[in-house]
Amino acid sequence: MSLDFKFAPDDFGGFFRDETFRDTFTYRNSDPRRFPFPFDRDDYMYSVNMEPHVPGRKGTAFEHMLDVDEHYIAEMIDRAKVLAEDPLRCQSLPHMTLAGWDTLELIMEAKARDYPQWFSLTKDGNRWHWVNRPLGIEQSFTFLDESTLPYPPFEYIMRQTQGDWTLQDERDGTLWMDAGIATSQADWSVDFDVGMNFHEWHAPVPLAHEKGVFDRALKFLLKLQHGAPVRRFNWTMTVNPLLDTAPETYPKWGPSKTTITQENMGKKQHLRVELQSLYRLPRSNAIAFDIRCYLCSFEQIVTVPKWARRLHRVIRDLPVELATYKGFIRNRDAMVEWLSQYDDGAPTSPGWFPDD
Amino acid sequence: MKVDLTPVNAPSIRSRPVYATLEPRPGKLHVIVADDEGAAAVVEMVGKANDRSGMLAASHVMYCPGPTGTDLSAQLEVLGAAQFFRAPTIPALLPRLVRVLADAHMGTQFYLAGTEGLIGQAEREIMATGFPHASIQKEQRGSTLRRVQCVHCKGITENVATDPFKCSHCGLNLFVRDHYSRRIAAFMGVCIDAEDPGQVPESVVRFR
Repeated sequence: MSLDFKFAPDDFGGFFRDETFRDTFTYRNSDPRRFPFPFDRDDYMYSVNMEPHVPGRKGTAFEHMLDVDEHYIAEMIDRAKVLAEDPLRCQSLPHMTLAGWDTLELIMEAKARDYPQWFSLTKDGNRWHWVNRPLGIEQSFTFLDESTLPYPPFEYIMRQTQGDWTLQDERDGTLWMDAGIATSQADWSVDFDVGMNFHEWHAPVPLAHEKGVFDRALKFLLKLQHGAPVRRFNWTMTVNPLLDTAPETYPKWGPSKTTITQENMGKKQHLRVELQSLYRLPRSNAIAFDIRCYLCSFEQIVTVPKWARRLHRVIRDLPVELATYKGFIRNRDAMVEWLSQYDDGAPTSPGWFPDD
Repeated sequence: MKVDLTPVNAPSIRSRPVYATLEPRPGKLHVIVADDEGAAAVVEMVGKANDRSGMLAASHVMYCPGPTGTDLSAQLEVLGAAQFFRAPTIPALLPRLVRVLADAHMGTQFYLAGTEGLIGQAEREIMATGFPHASIQKEQRGSTLRRVQCVHCKGITENVATDPFKCSHCGLNLFVRDHYSRRIAAFMGVCIDAEDPGQVPESVVRFR
């Protein structure tokens, strides 16, 4: 595997978009209604907000356990570029190799089950054969034998999987983030945070510790059972469809926040949603945490009237600490002004989905 | 953009290390690592031992002066530990600690006292050998100068006094977050003028 994916846009019926998350920023959603809009009411505050991660409505990001969408190939190309520039973005402490194999198994089985037209996994004992048609990968290997893969198991499967992932070891009554990959993160550093426990890596988040959110979330997660994954949302704002908003490269992308005007707001400003899901792993007893990033421009969000009204109200009423922590305080007033054009004050229905 | 620096007296966040007072504990070997005014913490701890001479006969004391020049090595030398070593700096002290750890068995007690930089780096070496966290006691004394890693270039600047400060490796203007990594034994420094290059607030002395 390398940057040299055998990608032709006409393959797979033209399903996968040929697009970029940097420089030319040609990313867009063919159908914004597929976007996992994260607000189920007109205001927002931190909460544990976990629910069972079960297959959801057809044609949405929730249809399958792992959502492989039109951005898959472009995201994997972007990830390969980030890892080539900075290998510290993927780390696994020595005791996490087994959890890496667990993760590889979880992902290969899910993709082969839910997307048989693109992925297949055949097993003969520990002799496995994996085919990833969109990325042009075919690999025979021995499960649990690292020498039979071109990368360690965690990195191998991460180079074929959308979303940032962390693996948490459980000991001393807490969870330790002892492996992780981050190429589409909302401004946190995997290199700095690897090896931290649950409360340590959440330390910079304002307001939530005082509300007991992390104590409750940890209690909940320690009871997580194999085969019963859970999910929640997180969200922030990003200027341009830039997947890799890493603290490492902040001096490069930070200045883009100063370029927002009422004229370019619709195209440039993106709502960034993390669909987070958590899985207990069977051999290592570790917990895999998938932080899947979705981006949608304001201009595409407001094509859904309910979302337009609601986003305006959420951003307008958000506590200043949260807008600051999420890094968009400087553009918040401008966002509210722009969004207000699309809010006629009508009531909105409960829940995430569009009304029609 | 206006950037608010963390006030000096702000409540601590959850990744900040927590320090306590050193207490003598039963052990086969006592590895005592200190710098700066941590020497006084060690003297007080040894003074509380029921079997002072027995403890000292099983003690290995390593010390280096603090970042502002405070040198209390004489106070430790006169304790009469089985082994005493004075290093000129932390980097000169650590290879000896690593060698001692190679022979240390379960039942070893670790006592770290002094600056956060010394405590963090010694703790990292001890944890790398697999000793449980619970066998390590830490007491902060003396200078509060910080060891800060630039999140951008990854270089570590020692003895940071002001916030913001200039990274000693890449030259970016960094503000000092309270976020702390045990694995790196450092606080995080983040570019303060990334969004508005050149707009750097005046430095204030936060750590002494």
